[in-house]
Amino acid sequence: MIEIHNIEKSFDGNPVLKGISCTFETGKCNLLLGGSGTGKSVLLQCVVGLMQPDLGSITFDGTVFSNNKVQVRQEIRRKIGMLFQGSALFDSMTVAKNVEFPLEMLTPEMSREERRDRVEFCLKRVGLENAGDKMPSEISGGMKKRVGIARAIAPNCTYLFCDEPNSGLDPLTSLKIDELIQEITYEYNITTVIITHDMNSVIEIGDHIIFLYKGLKLWDGTKDEILNAQVPELKEFIFSSSLVRAAKRIDDETHSGVASL
Amino acid sequence: MVKSFGQFLLFMQSMLVRKERFTVLWRRTIDECVTIGVNSIFIVAIVSAFIGAVTCVQIAYNLTNPLIPKSTIGYMVREMTILELAPTITSIVLAGKVGSSIAGSLGTMRITEQVSALEVMGINSASYLVLPRILGAILMFPLLVVLAMALSIIGGYLAGSLTGSISAQEYIEGIRTDFIPYNIFFALVKSVVFAFLVSAISAFKGYYTDGGALEVGTASTTAVNNSIIAILIADFALAAILL
Repeated sequence: MIEIHNIEKSFDGNPVLKGISCTFETGKCNLLLGGSGTGKSVLLQCVVGLMQPDLGSITFDGTVFSNNKVQVRQEIRRKIGMLFQGSALFDSMTVAKNVEFPLEMLTPEMSREERRDRVEFCLKRVGLENAGDKMPSEISGGMKKRVGIARAIAPNCTYLFCDEPNSGLDPLTSLKIDELIQEITYEYNITTVIITHDMNSVIEIGDHIIFLYKGLKLWDGTKDEILNAQVPELKEFIFSSSLVRAAKRIDDETHSGVASL
Repeated sequence: MVKSFGQFLLFMQSMLVRKERFTVLWRRTIDECVTIGVNSIFIVAIVSAFIGAVTCVQIAYNLTNPLIPKSTIGYMVREMTILELAPTITSIVLAGKVGSSIAGSLGTMRITEQVSALEVMGINSASYLVLPRILGAILMFPLLVVLAMALSIIGGYLAGSLTGSISAQEYIEGIRTDFIPYNIFFALVKSVVFAFLVSAISAFKGYYTDGGALEVGTASTTAVNNSIIAILIADFALAAILL
């Protein structure tokens, strides 16, 4: 479980996060939802340690992460897996080498054979058992995301962070990536945090959703509760989605009898 | 300027804390030696051979006084090559080739979040990415400079012989006259200093690239410009201190 308490962050005097407190629960897909520029990415960067918050604390399973000793932060970081928006695969390495990289760096006690077996397992888990020898430039965007997930889970991560895992993907591939993240979360009982503004993902995998608006947490709940939420900013966000608009239109037409014509 | 220099010093410091295991550093350094050194042999060979050839021909053209022995041409080619042309021109050429490559690759890694990926894994990205590049440059620049010295003198020999400006015997006599071994040491010290400047400045510019593809290009250009300026300043400073 990751607990965030009263996080504040400003850039050149402009507040981006204004005292956000929330909890990311273990074994669930925790979604950070919100429009562009609402502070989702900044919050995620603070949580994974790429950015230092101005105020507040972040705790990973009871261990304080922010403002702690470098060694403690390193230990926590080594339990973190992250899928970046652009996948962030290392261009100079093959797919298999990319997945092996964190094992090689973080678990020197593993033998080469053990590492190879783990890489094979992770690639198989994400459905890319035949792509190990390919270079990142030779695979599609969806495959890159899968490799990113395989790399994240290779060292048995406890916390998985995904920064807009569906960006740039077609709806079918997005759905598959969402399902894969959800399966992995349940299978390994890890704490998964996903940044998204995709309502498909919200409806599909949103076990716990946190809605951010202008640097504030306005709402949190589950996918079953979100459509009935009474927060105007959240309602506006939800109903600006093409998917929800289309569903509402079909619903209206069905009830007025137009659809049957 | 002062702020940038302070940032540069902090960058150098960050590279030296939380280093990766020795085996990782060693393997990465060897990889960089290949990229920086072996892949630069061709361009260094071409540039130095022609510089030696042109130096020989132009000195012969200017040396019209019959009282000055022709062997002076060989002597002057050697002195110019060892003291200045081989270390400085080679380093300037490498600033263009290696410096832009370092800045470009690190800049691309930064904007594609590969640097962030390393940091999230708990790896000191500066130490993992930059230290091997600096060590690789420090190891390979002197070797390339020695190669440049040899090829430049051979280039002068071939040019002098082929154009008839100087006989082979006179040229060899010239390059063996009043040889001072300290000059070789001086050239190697210069090459080590230039290696550090080129690799560290380029890495600094690339590592802190912010933005997109345009900024990567700008970082590469700035890295080469700053490296060349740093080489010229250091060249003067070392000459004043060590000679």
